[in-house]
Amino acid sequence: MRTRRQVVGSCVAALMGGACGQSPERSRSRAPQAEAAGPSRVVIARDPSLGSGGGADSAHLAKLLDRAMQAFYNVDDALEAWRRLVRPGETVGLKVNCLAGKGASTRPALVEAVCERLQQAGIRARDILIWDRLSEDLESAGYRIATGRDRIRVMGNELLGYEDELSSFGSAASLLATALTRVCDAVINLPVLKDHGIVGVTLAMKNLFGAVHNPNKYHPNTGDPYVADVYMLPPIRRKVRLAICDAIAAQYQGGPSYMPQWSWPYRGLLVARDPVALDYTGWQIIERERARRGLKSLKEVGREPRWIATAARHGIGTNDPARIQALEV
Amino acid sequence: MRGAQDRRTFLKAAAGLPCLPGAGAAAKTEDETRYLAEARYYEKLPYRKIKCTLCPRECVIDDRERGYCGVRENRGGVYYTLVHSRVCAANIDPIEKKPFFHVLPGTTSFSIATAGCNVNCKMCQNWDISQVRPEQVRNMYLPPREVAALARQNRCATISYTYSEPVVFYEYMLDTAQAGRAAGVRNVVVTGGYIKTEPLKELCRAVDAVKVDLKAFSEKFYKEVVNGELKPVLQALVALRKLGMWTEIVYLVIPTLNDSDQEFSSLARWVKTDLGLDVPVHFTRFHPQYLLKNLPVTPLKTLERAKAIADAEGLRYVYLGNVPGHPAENTYCPKCRRAVIQREGFFIRGLHLKRGRCQACGQQIPGVWES
Repeated sequence: MRTRRQVVGSCVAALMGGACGQSPERSRSRAPQAEAAGPSRVVIARDPSLGSGGGADSAHLAKLLDRAMQAFYNVDDALEAWRRLVRPGETVGLKVNCLAGKGASTRPALVEAVCERLQQAGIRARDILIWDRLSEDLESAGYRIATGRDRIRVMGNELLGYEDELSSFGSAASLLATALTRVCDAVINLPVLKDHGIVGVTLAMKNLFGAVHNPNKYHPNTGDPYVADVYMLPPIRRKVRLAICDAIAAQYQGGPSYMPQWSWPYRGLLVARDPVALDYTGWQIIERERARRGLKSLKEVGREPRWIATAARHGIGTNDPARIQALEV
Repeated sequence: MRGAQDRRTFLKAAAGLPCLPGAGAAAKTEDETRYLAEARYYEKLPYRKIKCTLCPRECVIDDRERGYCGVRENRGGVYYTLVHSRVCAANIDPIEKKPFFHVLPGTTSFSIATAGCNVNCKMCQNWDISQVRPEQVRNMYLPPREVAALARQNRCATISYTYSEPVVFYEYMLDTAQAGRAAGVRNVVVTGGYIKTEPLKELCRAVDAVKVDLKAFSEKFYKEVVNGELKPVLQALVALRKLGMWTEIVYLVIPTLNDSDQEFSSLARWVKTDLGLDVPVHFTRFHPQYLLKNLPVTPLKTLERAKAIADAEGLRYVYLGNVPGHPAENTYCPKCRRAVIQREGFFIRGLHLKRGRCQACGQQIPGVWES
């Protein structure tokens, strides 16, 4: 096991574009554990002392992340949680959401903390891919593109390409990003908690629009059933193992662009395996903030995210509050 | 990803041009700013949002987002086309391939397209360029004056805006049409007709003929198969006729989806009353494509039934398409019934017109002919 400094150094180097060493292999054959049958757990981990802007440093975030992961997996050791999520030898994709620049994108400090824990859990740096739709989006959010195969890679779909054959389900027919289909064995979904001017909210499921070549086709009718249908595409269902939603600074209006006047410091992370439960929970957080600020509900302004209910009907997860175990830590 | 043509064809069409970038994955190496031009039809909204007013969809778009077409982007509250001079398909085609049957028969057309489309038809035969973003296909830089020069150099009578959906590359089409006209080359548009009236009016001042793919005669079909609406397309067709634009209609007949007698009758009656008997209607054969691979090829008898219904309604120029060698590919003089243009597929086998008149009886045949 490397020292913390070595691991952090390797992560920072990758995110900032420098060279990155390899993590030692560990022999372990245990498969990632599925969530126990029963309610869908959504962990809401918050730290009131956490700065919501640039002050949310990786050390603080790592602690919050550890707390969230321990609670989600119900273990005392954060590393044990990560070992339940990934296996050494796997290539792990981190699907971030970087459309909105530095103000409302998945922050590099969080991704850095995830990379650190993945490496401690036995994933080699070169087997980690941080990806989004476009490299320029990643750069605008503070990431540096890294394509070398000896380090953590940071790349947009335009560099990795798309499949030639369509994948389809219901209303969705898309070419999938090869980052999802060919490069990664597992994907950790890292969306942002924010409002969306067309589809209501953009959280876990909507973030996978970054895995298809034609997201512009999926916004009519407030995204229903498109968001749910895209998530039904088999590689997405098969490979996305966990969602860790960056809710350090959230946005209750004006998204998906960054609008500082409608952003508020939620100082939290949402962790779930069930993306429907996470999206429902995140939606309710946004609704409560809208109500607190005197804004109409998303339904009243014609942007109710009905696709969440559609996703539940597809069997992706549950939007029934009685079946969602929201665990605040 | 594939392009609409093989590389050899593309290179041939692009011969002598200064730039032919590689596949879409290399798009970052392109100088993308040369493809940018501010959109002509949009409204600025608060908080850097914009509303596109080019097509009936009227997308409201946030900063850094694109419209449904995928080729227009809001950058800081200014709306841009990303495909000006960004050609992903270029070919020299017979005009009959568009198909235009009443426009300069036997001539060739310099045919260009960019990526993108403002609908998403389940039967699209060019989905690999129409349903993608410009950076996802191979492109070349082909500014308007070079298109006009290439068309002249290759003795093309027209420039066609085709293959994908020219409405989404409106600014480029308009500029190229003006350049073509200045160079003595005419311009024809092959479109789904999903465009608002104001931009259509402006376009009509620069082009010579428009072919509209009327994909069905029911809103249900437009909603479920096209991801659009029928009504604006009908409005565009009426506007074209009022503007005096030469217009032809293609109706792709798809088994079980738009092939009922009632739909053919409704279509024919509407053309007769709202557009006139002289508007050519092409009933063309469907082949399984894209998201409609589960349906069979259109039976010939279905096409012939459609034609019979339209003929009975009194339409004068009803054609069948994608059935090479069928007599309904020919143009018949409505007065003496002689075949004034004989066709076989995209080829002209006989041309018995003189300045647009039947050589046998002198009857004027409507269209755009050599003067």
